[in-house]
Amino acid sequence: MKSQMGRAADVIDILAARELANVLPDPVILIDGYGAARYANPAAIASFGTIRVGTLLQHRFRSPEMQQLLMNALRTKSSGEIEYSERVPIERVFLISIQPLQSESGIFLVHFKDQSETRRIDRMRADFIANASHELRTPLASISGFIETLRGPAKDDAKARENFLQIMQAQTARMARLIDDLLSLSRIEMKPHTRPQQKVELGGLLSGLLETMSHLAKDYNVAINFTPPDAPIVVAGDRDELIQVFSNLLENACKYGQQGERVEVSLKVGRGTGPEATICFRDFGPGIAEEHIPRLTERFYRVDVEKSRVRNGTGLGLAIVKHILTRHAGRLTIHSTPGEGSTFCVHLPLS
Amino acid sequence: MLSPHIVRAYDHELAELGNRIASMGGLAERMVDEAMAALVNADTDLARKVIADDATLDEGQRWIDDQAILMIARRQPMADDLREILGAIKIAADLERVGDLGKNIAKRVVAVTEVRQPVQLFRGLEALTTLALTQLKQVLDVYASREVSTIGFVRSRDEEIDAMYTSLFRELLTYMMEDPRNISPCTHLLFCAKNIERIGDHATNIAETVYHVVTGEMLPMDRVKVDKSHQIVIRESPEE
Repeated sequence: MKSQMGRAADVIDILAARELANVLPDPVILIDGYGAARYANPAAIASFGTIRVGTLLQHRFRSPEMQQLLMNALRTKSSGEIEYSERVPIERVFLISIQPLQSESGIFLVHFKDQSETRRIDRMRADFIANASHELRTPLASISGFIETLRGPAKDDAKARENFLQIMQAQTARMARLIDDLLSLSRIEMKPHTRPQQKVELGGLLSGLLETMSHLAKDYNVAINFTPPDAPIVVAGDRDELIQVFSNLLENACKYGQQGERVEVSLKVGRGTGPEATICFRDFGPGIAEEHIPRLTERFYRVDVEKSRVRNGTGLGLAIVKHILTRHAGRLTIHSTPGEGSTFCVHLPLS
Repeated sequence: MLSPHIVRAYDHELAELGNRIASMGGLAERMVDEAMAALVNADTDLARKVIADDATLDEGQRWIDDQAILMIARRQPMADDLREILGAIKIAADLERVGDLGKNIAKRVVAVTEVRQPVQLFRGLEALTTLALTQLKQVLDVYASREVSTIGFVRSRDEEIDAMYTSLFRELLTYMMEDPRNISPCTHLLFCAKNIERIGDHATNIAETVYHVVTGEMLPMDRVKVDKSHQIVIRESPEE
């Protein structure tokens, strides 16, 4: 019994720091007395990308507070703590603490506690209220206007009543859609920093999606052409989110390219910064003027407000697409020639 | 490059030079971000802070220039060490300009926000800032990691920034035509947009310098200029 305990103690004694850091869920980086990284645990690499041995931490985390923290800690061999935030490309907030190790090694441990989620939830609340109240006001104003008319001048006019009630129903449906979109955008925005790891085969996913959306194409009187590739193309991602991306783009292509009467969907492997899958949705509608293209993914940006309203657009579809793709380390590229149609391409790194 | 084990006085000086660049970079990123926040939230206190911060950045550049000259005189550096030092001078100059542009935005805060402006006026500018800051951050991250293989992104980002700038230019012109009272704030916002666009160009410059420092070669140049704002005119009769 005693010897067993003794052995356990030995095991603890010789346990390498590396083994411990490897299994920690929080990012941990060990630095020497100059601030050069000597070791980064897997969580740190997942959060900040490869950190080579010798990379100076002052260079990678540049905020003035971080510079101050590192300088003080390295100079006086003391510990400290700061809040560190990155705004681009994804907003992230960390509580960074630095501690000198007790041994004579001269090594410091830098620990990152991710606070992004809490911060994002706060922001989401504020944003949601601001956006929602602004966008809901328009249909609400129209509904209340019609109610007023129905109670007053149009009280006994059966024909007008039927007409107004129809408009009111359309407006409430629009409000419901808007709320759905706002909620799904907020949900995606909440967790953009962890990259989804599910394996998704794109050919099958697209074929399935086109089948379920065939009724929509029929409604718009648009023919969809798609030839799945021979070999399976697999990316790391979240199946449901990718389906949302593709169905938003396909719906847009049918909606805004209706007059072209066909939509071409293609899937192939290409090269960006690395090997990637490229999924393109090409319509033959009126196309988009050049000046609008860079701004299409902004929330509530509409090329033509009236047309978008008529077609049940919420102004959030492409914002949702962009957020999902950011989370997947993917990109959206848009090409369009007015009069000839538009092509929306999704680029996803291959797994 | 700095090896983790051998740290001579010379390496230490090189590292110190790099540290100063990094801290200038961090401050410049912060200034641009805060100048934009000050503009959107009509926060004149924050704007004043940004204007004051610029002095620190100028001081950083002076320090790097002095130190670089001393090192060249004293150590007679060759090859990659020489590139490292010359690169530091160039990057410091670009970062100092980025800070100036940020300060210029901060100076306009009072003029733009005298009257409360609708949020929509700032949306495009915010998006443009996000693009430029992303580019600056990625470039400075490459300076830290030395992974120049990924530097191709700078090109496409620069194109995106230029296209966005052109679109914003048009949008602001439209606001001015709608209502003459918009002319004063929108003119200031046009300058702010131009400043942000310039920041993107400085980020591209830094990318070229970093590439040269690390590889000793020039970044192959095939930049497509898509800033077409110089072609935009107000038509007598609308196009549609």
